[in-house]
Amino acid sequence: MKKQLFALLFALVPLMAIAAPGPDVPYSMTPDLQDKESLQRGMQLYVNYCMGCHSLEHQRFSRAAADFDMPQDLVEENLIFSSSLAFNDLMQTTMQRDDGDNWFGAAAPDLTLHGRLRGADWIYSYLLSFYRDPSRATGVNNAVFDLVAMPNVLEPLQGVQEMVCTETDQPVPGQSPDPLSGKYQSCDVLQVTQPGSMEPAEFEEAVYDLTNFLAYVGEPSKLQAQTLAPKVLIFIFIFGVIAYFLKREYWRDVH
Amino acid sequence: MGNPNKVKAERGIMRWVDDRFPATQMMQDHLTKYYAPKNFNFLYIFGVLALLVLVNQILTGVWLTMSYNPSAEGAFRSVEYIMRDVEYGWLIRYMHSTGASAFFVVIYLHMFRALMYGSYKAPRELVWIFGMAIYLLLMAEAFMGYLLPWGQMSYWGAQVIISLFATIPGIGPDLAQWIRGDFLISGITLNRFFALHVVALPIVILALVVLHIIALHEVGSNNPDGVEIKEKKDETGKPLDGIPFHPYYTVKDLVGVAVFLFVFAVVLFYFPEGGGYFLERPNFEPANPMVTPDHIAPVWYFTPFYAILRAITFDFLGLRAEFLGVLAMGGAIAILFVLPWLDRSPVKSIRYKGWLSRIALVIFSVSFVVLGVLGAIPATPARTLTAQICTLLYFAFFILMPVYTSIEKTKPVPERVTG
Repeated sequence: MKKQLFALLFALVPLMAIAAPGPDVPYSMTPDLQDKESLQRGMQLYVNYCMGCHSLEHQRFSRAAADFDMPQDLVEENLIFSSSLAFNDLMQTTMQRDDGDNWFGAAAPDLTLHGRLRGADWIYSYLLSFYRDPSRATGVNNAVFDLVAMPNVLEPLQGVQEMVCTETDQPVPGQSPDPLSGKYQSCDVLQVTQPGSMEPAEFEEAVYDLTNFLAYVGEPSKLQAQTLAPKVLIFIFIFGVIAYFLKREYWRDVH
Repeated sequence: MGNPNKVKAERGIMRWVDDRFPATQMMQDHLTKYYAPKNFNFLYIFGVLALLVLVNQILTGVWLTMSYNPSAEGAFRSVEYIMRDVEYGWLIRYMHSTGASAFFVVIYLHMFRALMYGSYKAPRELVWIFGMAIYLLLMAEAFMGYLLPWGQMSYWGAQVIISLFATIPGIGPDLAQWIRGDFLISGITLNRFFALHVVALPIVILALVVLHIIALHEVGSNNPDGVEIKEKKDETGKPLDGIPFHPYYTVKDLVGVAVFLFVFAVVLFYFPEGGGYFLERPNFEPANPMVTPDHIAPVWYFTPFYAILRAITFDFLGLRAEFLGVLAMGGAIAILFVLPWLDRSPVKSIRYKGWLSRIALVIFSVSFVVLGVLGAIPATPARTLTAQICTLLYFAFFILMPVYTSIEKTKPVPERVTG
């Protein structure tokens, strides 16, 4: 058995050696697919603020409804706005690709797999990092995605965020802290200068829900995997224990 | 009428079968009277595991083809369709994608075992060569399979590898175009890779696996002591240190299989992306011939050879660096084929070889792993230098082998296997 355990450790070595580097972004969040209410709120935000331009062309309304415990009539009444879309349909936007190209200079990408492509941390940080920039056609820029073509559609909720020079507790590269206050001077601090309809904490919560929803959409099967995994692992474990005793019994005669 | 001395069942259905097909004889030859050394350690599980993963790949592969669409327009979408709309499609797909990585994990450990205990040495040269052929084809199989999801990394990974052929002087560009079937990687390439991945290569790999096992059963397994168990037999002709493969190793292997399946299931259910190394992040974006990803890295099991390819940064003897890199990469695999003739040691196992062989094996293994890491990350001058040193060490292990295995002092090999 000791040898088998050693074998198990041995098999895990390659996994431990490869901790993939995450994207370099200011905020992080951990998706919680068990929090159905968060996912429901995230989906509500998505269909209200994002789906006008961004499709989820591999995600069905019905699948989300089933996974978030939402009855069909409620989804049809509150989350499906286009008469051309039905409950079992994919969550396609009604905006034409060319329109995105013409209006914003870039077609709005499909976001089904963005949670896996960019990662939840990136999406969360990106949505929190818009700031006013009058030099841009949309009036905003983004600290995570420089010169992004997308306008800050969540501004009514967040309020106006600006990049300001201020003192900060966060260390600034190449700068030593002020000897008296211990603070740093930084000119890329994002600050809400005009309040929106949500308090900052409330807004972060909303962005969390939205990111959580997109993380779910990237891999809905994760919910099934989480349910199935313990059963499979317990089965294999019991199988292994029986196999071990069977082996021990047979190998009694080997000297 | 075949061999009249064939073992046959006394009566019943088996007798009926045995009169027409050597079922009982084969069962005895390969299982119940196939004697394997009794001193196998856990490193001997990886052959069985490779077979298990092969079966997994074939079965899940068959089910994937039922819903996969091999066209540039439909491939990416059909993979997401499998992941979402096919019942348990996600499980089948992850079993296949995780299985690909698991295949290389077990194959590399299987090969390492052979290196440690000299399992490639006479009389097992053909076992080794068939095994190497399987490994080579497996790399081709994995490479072609990786194009099928038609993601960004599928596309650009294939682009990099196929353009390696273009570096061959003279015929290169035409050869690359012939492989692609187009001026650039397109649906045509995807379709032919699909045909090769699901039909041609699996057939050849299966045939080679049969040859590998027939050759192994002809000469018998080596063991951690490198002692030939057939040299010491009892009066009935049964090796003294051998035990029947079935039931002893079948039940023992079941334990190893359970341990493997447990680890496999943990990865499959909780880390199917393998930290971005089994399924690379850019592959969640459909292939786009107009946009090159910032950093193109092959899947982890190719990275040691990719690092060797990139380590050659200089022209030499009028040959361009790129082509020399391809030669070095090809050479790194080709040299493994002649390994049985490079090892001049009178003993097989590392247990009885001298310290030169031991150090060489450690240095070789470390170099291989370092190359693997370097191949996965972007190159910098310091990393390229490290890769060059590791490439030298990699080749030195083989090229110097005839020297260090013949001058070193070996330990006496016991008559019988130990513990």
